[in-house]
Amino acid sequence: MPLYHDEDQAMLADTASSFMAEEGNIQKQLRHWRDRDCKDGFGHGLWKQMAELGFTGILVEEDQGGLGMGYVEAGIVLEEIGRNLTPSPFLTSSVLAATALSHGSHDMKARYLPGLVAGDSVFAVAVDETAKHRPERITTRAEKSGNGFLLTGSKSFVVYGGSADMIVVAARTSGSDNEAEGITLFAVPKDAKGMSHDAVRLVDSSMATYTKFDGVELDGDAVIGEVDGGREVLDAMLRAGRIGAAAEGVGVARGAMDRTVDYLKQRKQFGKLIGEFQALQHRAAHLYSEVEIARAVTIKTQQLLDAGAESADMMTSVAKAKVAKTARLAVQEGVQMHGGIGMTDEYDIGLFMKRDRALAEFLGDSYYHANRVAEMSGY
Amino acid sequence: MSDLEQFRMETRKWLEANCPAEMREPVRDEEDVYWGGRNASFKNDAQKAWFEACVEKGYTVPAWPKEYGGAGLSAPEAKVLREEMARIDARPPLSSFGIWMLGPALLHFGTEGQKQRFLNEIAHGEIRWCQGYSEPGSGSDLVSLQTYGEDKGDHWVVNGQKVWTSYADQADWIFCLVRTDKANKYQGITFMLIDMATKGVSTKPIKLISGNSPFCETFLEDVAVPKSYGEDIPAQVGEVNRGWDVAKYLLGHEREMISGAGGGDRTAAIGAAMKRHAAKTGDDLDPVLRAELAMFDVDALAYSAMGEKFLDEAKAGRAHPAQPNMMKYAGTELNKRRHELMMAAGGSRSLEWESEDTGGGKPARSWLRTKANSIEGGTSEVMLNVVSKRILELPGG
Ligand SMILES: Cc1cc2nc3c(=O)[nH]c(=O)nc-3n(C[C@H](O)[C@H](O)[C@H](O)COP(=O)(O)OP(=O)(O)OC[C@H]3O[C@@H](n4cnc5c(N)ncnc54)[C@H](O)[C@@H]3O)c2cc1C
Ligand SMILES: Cc1cc2nc3c(=O)[nH]c(=O)nc-3n(C[C@H](O)[C@H](O)[C@H](O)COP(=O)(O)OP(=O)(O)OC[C@H]3O[C@@H](n4cnc5c(N)ncnc54)[C@H](O)[C@@H]3O)c2cc1C
Repeated sequence: MPLYHDEDQAMLADTASSFMAEEGNIQKQLRHWRDRDCKDGFGHGLWKQMAELGFTGILVEEDQGGLGMGYVEAGIVLEEIGRNLTPSPFLTSSVLAATALSHGSHDMKARYLPGLVAGDSVFAVAVDETAKHRPERITTRAEKSGNGFLLTGSKSFVVYGGSADMIVVAARTSGSDNEAEGITLFAVPKDAKGMSHDAVRLVDSSMATYTKFDGVELDGDAVIGEVDGGREVLDAMLRAGRIGAAAEGVGVARGAMDRTVDYLKQRKQFGKLIGEFQALQHRAAHLYSEVEIARAVTIKTQQLLDAGAESADMMTSVAKAKVAKTARLAVQEGVQMHGGIGMTDEYDIGLFMKRDRALAEFLGDSYYHANRVAEMSGY
Repeated sequence: MSDLEQFRMETRKWLEANCPAEMREPVRDEEDVYWGGRNASFKNDAQKAWFEACVEKGYTVPAWPKEYGGAGLSAPEAKVLREEMARIDARPPLSSFGIWMLGPALLHFGTEGQKQRFLNEIAHGEIRWCQGYSEPGSGSDLVSLQTYGEDKGDHWVVNGQKVWTSYADQADWIFCLVRTDKANKYQGITFMLIDMATKGVSTKPIKLISGNSPFCETFLEDVAVPKSYGEDIPAQVGEVNRGWDVAKYLLGHEREMISGAGGGDRTAAIGAAMKRHAAKTGDDLDPVLRAELAMFDVDALAYSAMGEKFLDEAKAGRAHPAQPNMMKYAGTELNKRRHELMMAAGGSRSLEWESEDTGGGKPARSWLRTKANSIEGGTSEVMLNVVSKRILELPGG
């Protein structure tokens, strides 16, 4: 498959691009909800509109009412989300949770997917337990109890956890904390007794929770996939989320870069447009090169994942790490080249810097993923 | 089976039968590369057999039309051939500036007569070319070149000096930029083909920091260049005074070639190999070096995806025409970083300049050679100028 979008994908990109620019733009969404201290950190109206376009169910199979598309298509939507800094539960719900649910039972799909497809439900995932992404270590425990389980432990950085109708929780059903096996994934509904959230607003105005499970009673049918066999589902979910976050990061980088290049063409100092100074031209051109490369490896990896290729796991880490490095460069150069105005809240460029920080941390930063690349390569 | 799969099976079979085992090893040094030309000799029988089999099949220039010595392969077929050759580590049967640079320019701008003669000679390895662009006073600012050709009716008399002419002392012909109108900066340059055996052409080798001397100063003293080498074979490519277009077109191909966009090990991950290497000399990878290797591998694997994407887009005619400049910039900077890390991982062993264990100081010499990647074919700074002006459309002259 060539490494560019085919006709259908290009059409989807057009749709997503104009929709996000018109409806999902910074003024209408991010600033609007932020300035109102919205407790969700996003607008449900937009989520509903995204459902009307089919986006919410983009990875959901057609017989479940979705579009049955792949990670390339999900990435197209995410890149536009990134470019417009559109706050939305798309990544947690339509990518991460949807991928986990695709491993669920028929009943489970019937219970949750229609709400997602319709844009009525929001999902979150609870994997991390510390301030850094370390899914190799899961200490939250689910003990057998009757036909169900008792869930005990705590999770950090549950993005949109407070707004979620269901949270996918990775818990240990056997083995010790650092063991790969013995993990089970659960779909924990919002009203589960014993679950409590400590909500925090993050630097990018999105909302996350510290979520506690204090002997939460779960039915046996809350299990996604196999008891003790959840690592595989967890890995598939994380791969989906990581390449999704990479795609969104490419969007953030492009958004920041485009604004910066425009600014270089408008701002005059020393009697010239600052874009005429070679010192800035070279940095802009370097940034452009990095963004193109990050975008290429992201598309390549999406295709590998869709094809179920063996190299997809490692390439997912390559993409996540590369994008994190690149988007960081884009936002830093963006603020710097805007000069003093880049430090103001009124200008959007700073919002890109904030979003990048949160997004890069989500599901593993560049250090985590570069380390993973080294380990998988055998060094 | 699709036609392409059919082609893959046939190619595999052909390679199996025709590519000798000795030719299925990575190129180690200059001797492993066959450049062709009037004075060429083969290193061994395997190199000769492999070259001859490829010439017969048109596989020295697989994508060129059959009438010019190619195999007339479509882009997808050529890709299959590349993949199949890479699969068995087959060496290129013939390396040449004629293939990488002049050929594409002739295909685009040449007359039928020029194509018939020169493309066939290139494809058959009968002629070795060098590139006469740079001059002592004209490097990055190539258009300021001074070598002058005076119109003498049926011939030109060319005077001037070229510099950094790679392999000039071994080349049969030179494709050369010559000023033919002093009043016109861009539209006063002619792209000329000159036989190096012509009276007045001489070369002098220049020694590099790697200790090798693959290039020369080239002197042109009252060189009489006939305006025609036969029917429909003018000495210039394109029109007289319009050689700048040809020169730029050719540079695009040169940059693509140098950036390694066509694949090759430049874009491969190196961490694992460096760990094995270090273990052999009884060392561990320092944790900080390991981290740098990991970050490098991320960049290298990502760049390799970019190379693939660029080729796909270029083939489909969707790439920005200035994109090769970006590829050249990013690829060459990456390659320099790669050799820095390899030197670091090799430790004192890689400092050896002449020892047998290092194949005559290969690591050090290669490391030094890579420093030219971001200079030859246009410097990184010039690439960034082009990207910022032509792709980002930043203002200023
Ligand atoms: C937090 C903060 C506090 C401040 N406090 C004060 C204060 O108390 N009093 C006060 O007077 N000012 C203050 N300033 C203003 C500060 O001095 C200016 O922001 C600074 O001089 C840059 O000018 P500018 O913002 O107009 O950027 P610009 O001059 O517009 O620069 C934009 C970009 O172009 C680059 N650029 C400009 N010219 C060139 C060139 N020739 N070559 C290469 N690159 C170039 C710049 O480096 C920058 O990256 C403050 C600024 C900030 C952010
Ligand atoms: C190994 C090797 C092989 C080569 N082979 C050939 C060959 O076969 N045929 C041939 O014709 N030439 C060849 N060259 C020459 C090569 O193309 C030139 O070296 C190159 O174009 C740079 O020119 P220069 O060396 O004169 O450097 P200069 O142009 O003098 O540049 C010096 C420095 O100034 C910087 N600079 C110059 N202009 C600008 C600008 N506008 N903005 C910012 N920075 C600038 C450059 O980037 C560089 O860092 C070869 C060079 C090498 C190293």
